[in-house]
Amino acid sequence: MNTLHISGSPHVHTNDSVKKIMWTVVIALMPALLCSIYYFGINAVRVTLISVAACVFFEWFIQKFIYKGKTTIGDGSAVITGLLLAFNVPSNLHWAIIIVGALVAIGVSKMAFGGLGKNIFNPAIVGRVFLLISFPQQMTTWPKPITKMSEFMSLDATTGATPLAVIKSAMNKGEDVSALTSQLPDYMQLLLGDRGGSLGEVAAAAIILGGIILLARKVITWHIPVSFIGTVFVFATILHLANPQLYIAPSYHLLSGGLLLGAIFMATDMVTSPMSAWGKIIFGFGCGLLTICIRVWGSYPEGVSFAILLMNAVTPLINKGFKPKRFGEKVVV
Amino acid sequence: MGGIHPEENKFAHPIKLEDFLIPQQVVMFATQHLGAPSTVIVAKGDKVKVGQLIAKGEAFISANLHASCSGTVAKIDMVSDIAGLKKQAITITVEGDEWEESIDRTPDIVSDIKMEKNEIIACIKEKGIVGLGGACFPTHVKLMIPDGKKAQYCIINAAECEPYISIDNRIMIERGEELIIGACILRKALALNDVYIGVEHNKQEAIANLQQIATKYSGVHVVTLKTKYPQGAEKQLIKSITGREVPAGKLPIDVGCVVDNVSTALAVYEAVQKNKPLISNYMTYSGKSVANPKNYRVRLGTPLKDIIEANGGLAEDTEKVISGGPMMGKSISNINSYTIKGFSSLLQLNAKEAKRLEPQNCIRCARCVEACPMGLEPYLLSLLSKQNRLEDCEKEQIMSCIECGSCQFTCPSARPLLDYIRLGKNRTGGMIRARMQQNK
Ligand code: SF4
Ligand code: SF4
Repeated sequence: MNTLHISGSPHVHTNDSVKKIMWTVVIALMPALLCSIYYFGINAVRVTLISVAACVFFEWFIQKFIYKGKTTIGDGSAVITGLLLAFNVPSNLHWAIIIVGALVAIGVSKMAFGGLGKNIFNPAIVGRVFLLISFPQQMTTWPKPITKMSEFMSLDATTGATPLAVIKSAMNKGEDVSALTSQLPDYMQLLLGDRGGSLGEVAAAAIILGGIILLARKVITWHIPVSFIGTVFVFATILHLANPQLYIAPSYHLLSGGLLLGAIFMATDMVTSPMSAWGKIIFGFGCGLLTICIRVWGSYPEGVSFAILLMNAVTPLINKGFKPKRFGEKVVV
Repeated sequence: MGGIHPEENKFAHPIKLEDFLIPQQVVMFATQHLGAPSTVIVAKGDKVKVGQLIAKGEAFISANLHASCSGTVAKIDMVSDIAGLKKQAITITVEGDEWEESIDRTPDIVSDIKMEKNEIIACIKEKGIVGLGGACFPTHVKLMIPDGKKAQYCIINAAECEPYISIDNRIMIERGEELIIGACILRKALALNDVYIGVEHNKQEAIANLQQIATKYSGVHVVTLKTKYPQGAEKQLIKSITGREVPAGKLPIDVGCVVDNVSTALAVYEAVQKNKPLISNYMTYSGKSVANPKNYRVRLGTPLKDIIEANGGLAEDTEKVISGGPMMGKSISNINSYTIKGFSSLLQLNAKEAKRLEPQNCIRCARCVEACPMGLEPYLLSLLSKQNRLEDCEKEQIMSCIECGSCQFTCPSARPLLDYIRLGKNRTGGMIRARMQQNK
């Protein structure tokens, strides 16, 4: 005779799991990783390996020796943090700095809050912003993409400013930004990533491909990326139309910085973004608005990370304020 | 809004209806409906015929019970139901198969509805018809519209959105005309000219059959619904067919709707046109390890063991036996129990399907929120319930939860969301009732 189990309904469960979701994100990040290796050579591999290994190690170490509980590094979330952190730094960054970033990301931003699901801020962004503030020099020297195969294995690289930094310094000097076009990469270069920048943000096309994977596998919904990117686009267009000498064309805002990487992979981090559809749209709008403000009027050329962190902080409020539409609210008789 | 797509596993879809053999002994629980208990009117030693009244529902919300088999009443005592709760039951030792003469047992289809509105309702009450979709609420009560309300839609729930269960599908294919006449009787009882039969898109054969028959009857509309769980939940079905949303805490009739399911409509046909009381139920027997899934008509009170043994016993890997579907059904702790009205399926789930995974932290993925057909936030409700914050539970509308299980099904962290929500619902309901008493 079989022993029968009893429990409340439902008696069946989806095949999905946290592990599957996280590894899907890892896969979706692969096109961008491959691009960055193509452009930055062995240095990209070095940064990524150090970052991922450090993140996974810190998560394991903290779970094992501080929480003295089960370790869950197999779920892949630390790998994602490692990849995203690597994608947000220049490829010539010193290994020790990367490890500090990983410690802040995993230790401070994630494990101190209780681990996966309990953190308020996106770990990779916290790591990145910490490094940006602590090591501003190293974090803003961007290697140029390699041009010859012989440079592939080389650990030194020529450096230059990112397109957004070029624009920012022109703006600060009060120069006409519409005259900059010759100094900036063209759209094709931006799409394919042939420009200076942090590891993972260079190739817009690869990031968009990753986004399509995430959408298709239902890991993310369209709400945050669309409202985030849409908001940046709308405000950049308004500014540009108002004064093209002062404000660069919106396409540069979309393609030339960390916007796509941020909007598709970081703002959508499920743990730190709102739950309801409207909440997500508001979140994306807030991210977009802050990004534009920081880029245009702030002192940093790039504002995506700060914008997302600020919006992470108000996510609990958004969750309180924007409930899903309850069934039966719209009374029809 | 909301909804999920569990594996359908409708193995019994193509399997023809068959009569399960008449057992040697049936045990009929005296009260098989939601409402006031029925009073047993037979005594030990009495001879009964098939269709003879054996327990009477005297209150308004109550239901009659008729003998499902002929024979001698062996005893009247307390018997465990599928959950192991003791209930009053009448045991009949079966002898032959002798029916009440007044019952029309011919297969002829009677399409002319002679009875008037009130006669129909009285007949449905008399024949012990209850909602066979699971709730077992007496059907006549639903048909008597309270003052100040008005029925505008008569709806037949033929969605059958639970995985595995295929019995309504077979009735629609094999007993389609009787079902449609039953639906016409129900609309007549509500004084309406139209009736809407909502069928999920995955039952094409049934839809085609009903549509073809419906051409003969005016005002019978077969509506194809999206295949999505819980399409057959009453509020969701009403929304799909009429576009109306039943407000929180209200009943279908508050938006002018009366919903009955397929088996109920068939039982209504048999009661009104053939003078046959509700003495059997239609059910699917299935499971991944069941070699030959079945669709049966079973006499009420048949031992579940008989059905299982007739099919070679429980499969080796059976972990759970379920009455109803895998999403909302009850897991059976006592398989030594008996079929009752509304027993629509007996499922065997294997260890792989039924195993509960170890819960992990909520990753706030919002899938439960997206899945909830009622627009609730299951992750939040389960948390509030766990912390026993009942006022907050009420504010977040925990009482609107229809316990469909979509949230728990879809949670990648395998959190037991509905377990907590159910608990919170019970406690919050208690709190609300206590408050209402105080205010009185
Ligand atoms: S069980 Fe309740 S909370 Fe969960 S999805 Fe269904 S209605 Fe929503
Ligand atoms: S589905 Fe599970 S993990 Fe996702 S938000 Fe709901 S409770 Fe949390």
